[in-house]
Amino acid sequence: MDIVVCVKQVPDTTDIKVDPETGTLKRETAGTTMNPFDMYAVEEGLRLKEKLGGKVTVVTMGPPMAKEMLKIAIAMGVDEAVLLSDRALAGSDTWATSYAVAQMCKKLGYNMILFGKQAIDGDTAQVGPSVAEYLDIPCVTWVKKVREVSETEITVERMMEDGVDVVKATLPVALTVVKEINEPRLESLKGKMRAKKYEVPTWSLADVNGDPAMVGLKNSPTRVAKSWSPERKFGKAEMIDGADAAEKADKVFNRVKDLGFIK
Amino acid sequence: MNYFFTDEEQMIIETSREIAQKKIKPVREHYDAEGIFPWDMVKEMANAGLCGLYIPEEYGGMSPKGSKGIMQLVLATEEMSKVCGGIALSNAASALGTFPILLGATEAQKKKYLPDVASGKKLAAFGLTEAGAGSDAGAMRTTAVKKGNKYILNGTKQWITNGFEAETYTVFAMTDKSKGARGCSCFIVEKGTPGFTFGKKENKMGIRASATTELIFQDCEVPEENLVGGKEGTGFIIAVGTLNHSRPGVAAQALGIAAGALDESLAYARQREQFGQKISGFQAVQHMLAIMAVEVEAARSLVYAVSRSVDAGATDFAKDSAFCKYYASEVAMKVTTNAVQIFGGYGYMKEYPVEKMMRDAKITQIYEGTSQIQLNEIAAKLIKESAQKKK
Amino acid sequence: MAEFNKADFKGVWIVAEHRHGVLHNVSYELLGKGREIADQLKVELAAVLMGDGITPLASQLVAAGADKVYVVDNPMLKYFDDEAYAGVLAQLAEQFKPEIIWTGATAVGRAFFPRVSIKLNAGLTADCTAFELDFEKRDIMQIRPAFGGNLMAKIVTPERRPQMSTARYKVFKALAMDANRKGEIVKPEIKFDSIKVRAKMTDFIQELETTINIAEADVIVSGGRGVGSGDNFKIIRDLAQAINGAVGASRAAVDSGWVPYSHQVGQTGKTVSPKLYIACGISGAIQHMAGMQGSDVILAINKDAEAPIFSIAKLGIVGDLFEIVPALTERIKKG
Repeated sequence: MDIVVCVKQVPDTTDIKVDPETGTLKRETAGTTMNPFDMYAVEEGLRLKEKLGGKVTVVTMGPPMAKEMLKIAIAMGVDEAVLLSDRALAGSDTWATSYAVAQMCKKLGYNMILFGKQAIDGDTAQVGPSVAEYLDIPCVTWVKKVREVSETEITVERMMEDGVDVVKATLPVALTVVKEINEPRLESLKGKMRAKKYEVPTWSLADVNGDPAMVGLKNSPTRVAKSWSPERKFGKAEMIDGADAAEKADKVFNRVKDLGFIK
Repeated sequence: MNYFFTDEEQMIIETSREIAQKKIKPVREHYDAEGIFPWDMVKEMANAGLCGLYIPEEYGGMSPKGSKGIMQLVLATEEMSKVCGGIALSNAASALGTFPILLGATEAQKKKYLPDVASGKKLAAFGLTEAGAGSDAGAMRTTAVKKGNKYILNGTKQWITNGFEAETYTVFAMTDKSKGARGCSCFIVEKGTPGFTFGKKENKMGIRASATTELIFQDCEVPEENLVGGKEGTGFIIAVGTLNHSRPGVAAQALGIAAGALDESLAYARQREQFGQKISGFQAVQHMLAIMAVEVEAARSLVYAVSRSVDAGATDFAKDSAFCKYYASEVAMKVTTNAVQIFGGYGYMKEYPVEKMMRDAKITQIYEGTSQIQLNEIAAKLIKESAQKKK
Repeated sequence: MAEFNKADFKGVWIVAEHRHGVLHNVSYELLGKGREIADQLKVELAAVLMGDGITPLASQLVAAGADKVYVVDNPMLKYFDDEAYAGVLAQLAEQFKPEIIWTGATAVGRAFFPRVSIKLNAGLTADCTAFELDFEKRDIMQIRPAFGGNLMAKIVTPERRPQMSTARYKVFKALAMDANRKGEIVKPEIKFDSIKVRAKMTDFIQELETTINIAEADVIVSGGRGVGSGDNFKIIRDLAQAINGAVGASRAAVDSGWVPYSHQVGQTGKTVSPKLYIACGISGAIQHMAGMQGSDVILAINKDAEAPIFSIAKLGIVGDLFEIVPALTERIKKG
């Protein structure tokens, strides 16, 4: 079983600080890390390999510094990691990114491609199904459990708003996984030692036979016309005081009632 | 203080810290309250590769070539003990049970038993203490009588850490009572061997996540190939060697508990307000914190120095080993007691972790040789060394 | 890519979503917004309805504002299978060339729209919370939050058509249903044999816990680390029940195993925007606030007067949640 896990480098949210004056995100304080949802995809890849044998390769597209993020996956125990890095890719939207990632998967060969459900920076959840479409393979999103898997078929549970869909798909297949699917393992000591020495191969767009007319800012269908920090209602809450809990509860009840929430 | 850790040591610290913070910390209160064995945490340690730090690579471990890996074991034990001395002990006690094999076993025995301990698949336990033979190991009553190609073990071991949970036990028994200490031998006994059962699980003051039971041998037949080293009468030497090697590990547990209590105290003092200011602003508290920090660092320096010396091949280190075990455990008790004091009334409550740390610290002054026994050994060595110098 | 002219694409489409035979509210909401944009552009507003035995629902889409409903009623569409839905929608779009296609940013919409956007070489913008029209260029400005709500972006699709988006629910207003509205119901031809379906839904398991889906709730009562244990969550559930709301939780509470993940509000959980959000024992980590700051009114109950949650709350109570929450529950029950 050849398993490819697609991951993304994102700002480390545990590092994110908010400017108390403006209530905006202080981007410069943020380090980078692997998108947390992708950790679940890496873990699931490792578990599937433990069950079925084969190889797990982690891939990303990004700047050269993304190599360090790929080493997290090496330390967790994946076999190989590859970075796709090319100036031509800068500014790609999800449509263009998916094309490039699909080209990468084609070059690697795969039976299964795993994604985290979405990245915590863009929040689009579009790259997984889009890569599947480029590769003309089925895709199951929001996978919370792999029920059964063989060399040719997989049955999974898809998490919907109102419950769980059971979905059966043929391989090769793409899956996007949610947090409930597993608990990612920690980096092992042996993995860390391997990661320290591991040289992440870097591919260019040409290395994956990518068409320059399909990627980059210029060729992306969507453009960011403007971005801004949302106005936050930063300030001080109206504090409800009272002699005891009952009095506070009574006051807040009346305020909430005035606002029309309690009929 | 900068101890100039190697890359590998740094990775051990980071790996252990991550397990401690992400896995152990959220469950330590639960395991302490329930007094159950933390198998899921052992699994985390095993997956992370922390179970074979002191076992040579050829047996599946990670101890660096030309080193005994004591420093590696110490670093992992310290980091995990910062969060829970009881849970960290599962691995440290397994090391204690494994040292007799590392120090005295035949190649075949090592090949058979070490890889599973190194991978964390199995835990080991050390069976020396008896009801009437604690610090006085010479009073041992468990016997092993040779019968054909087997030894028949009879007797009861008491307060055995990892008892019942471990698969591999190194058990000491008298093969020839008339020879005294020279009549003691060490055996590897596997869980499940007929005639080998477990007594009651002790209900302890601290390290409650750790399992402590009796090992009961009633006509237990152990194959002769499980006699450690293949030679009778080497048990006492193996036991003493084991304790000399394992004491830095106990010291690291004590050090970790103390360091954890110091961290908690600092965080609390910076947050707790009384008389309109943070209590970290009061000199009375500042001095307590400063003294705690000095003591923790002194203990750390001693533990690391002894561990590195042992790893580098020091031969006569019984006194050094006693130094660090004695000092670190005394510091642990003192620092955790002061941590509870800094927390005040909250420190006495189970909602905060320092009362547990204080309970956990106490055992480090008792097991693997009480503080008094450490002092006896140190004094005896000092006097002997002094006498030798005069010659 | 084939030569194409922006002007060849006309009309606003809303892809209706239904689960288990019921139309999703977001479809009505999008018809409301779609009506406004279609009127400005002076084009038709159409709904696309795909499923098996769903034809009777078409009239409701007309009543909600659609001029036309494209109905594809086929057993192959009985369950939501991404490839089937994507294949049908792509065929329709290629045939009728709308300039805008929207659907709800639901588990369904967000799963199959990306596939359609690749098939159509169209741009896709996820999870929009507002649409503005650039009338001159006939471009729709798609406004969406990113970074868990810490950043807003205005996305435009200048050169391609259709302009596809998924849109968040509970942001747009549905029109009043008008049963007298006239609309055309068409059943276009679809080449089903050209659609491969290799991932098939075989079963559905309703979530056992009968809590209101927090993403749709008008009132959410959330508990955090301060609640202390799974057992203590009872007081949160009691308040939620009394006020007819859903139970939410912070990541700390979920990670401690007190509440299932489906209740998690925040960057790695669900983003919610209820009318009233009651945060109990939640200090207000940035990741949590990212998921609930869009709430109309936030009431925070916390023992720490300095907790960051008070900086975004409208109403605050400093005190022991174990006293205040039950007292509030009692007070609400008294009416």
